[in-house]
Amino acid sequence: MHEMSITRSIVETVEREMDRAGLARLDKVRIRVGELTAVEPDVLRFCFETSIKGTRLEGAALDIEEVPLTGRCRACGESFRITGFASVCPKCKGTDIERIGGTELDIVSIEG
Amino acid sequence: MHEILIEEKILARNDEIAARNRNALKERGIYSINIVSAPGAGKTSLIERMAGELKNMGLRFAVVEGDLEGDFDSKRIERHGVPALQITTGRACHLDAHQISHALPWVFGQDSIELLVIENVGNMVCPAEYDLGEDIMVTVMSTTEGDDKPLKYPAIFSASGALVINKTDLAPHTDFDMNRARENALKVNPYLKIFETSCRTGSGVGAWATYLAGLVKDGKKK
Repeated sequence: MHEMSITRSIVETVEREMDRAGLARLDKVRIRVGELTAVEPDVLRFCFETSIKGTRLEGAALDIEEVPLTGRCRACGESFRITGFASVCPKCKGTDIERIGGTELDIVSIEG
Repeated sequence: MHEILIEEKILARNDEIAARNRNALKERGIYSINIVSAPGAGKTSLIERMAGELKNMGLRFAVVEGDLEGDFDSKRIERHGVPALQITTGRACHLDAHQISHALPWVFGQDSIELLVIENVGNMVCPAEYDLGEDIMVTVMSTTEGDDKPLKYPAIFSASGALVINKTDLAPHTDFDMNRARENALKVNPYLKIFETSCRTGSGVGAWATYLAGLVKDGKKK
């Protein structure tokens, strides 16, 4: 279960930013998780809640924006949601598809 | 209350170290692969078979082995005359770039190697997110696992450059459909190079080793 080590990375970054901004407490951490990552949002939320107990982050909510797997057709430029890994453009039926969303694993912002 | 924008990758620190690993390997002309699979798919057996094939091609390589416990795998590999370093991850389910950075001095101490093979912890989920600094990730799956595996673990198949489908000798005894497996893998990642092997009989390992030797050679030109 690597959600724990991902949580550790989130907490390290958040603590660094709290130091920089002089924040003593925190309300929210916003992150972005793509559909094609191997990260389970519910597990991540559980790990986060568990590991911030007794720290400066205690009480902060983890706000997860889930990003769907999205493609763009190289032929006609159409952007669309990829479901079932089918990679055919719904507009022109082209098959040369560039993936433009779904692999994100980003820390977006903090609120305190 | 105000919002402070951060906008960086959660694993930015790992990615930084991975980039340093990649540069250090490149400077010494060493190509590297990161082999991932479910436990028991045949990663170690594949490396053992590769030892013979690559030796015949005159290509020397070293292996870094990731396991939760023990040094059984590195011992298996050393028996084939290939230098192997065991990293035990304790309870961690994957290798990370930091662990590899500590293994690099050992790698650079090996005589005239052109290829580093990293055998990751047997796990099809967690290693997908951790760049180690390798040139390509290679997924191994086996015919006893089911041909729908790519659809169940898309992240790892999507992060890989090559797929080795192992245990072809057992396929007749299972419901595994090779064409469907290939279709599923290419659906998730149209750029995958797919190889079929049996590490028990040695069938198909030559084609995989030849392809890999080609990558090592091309890597040197860059």
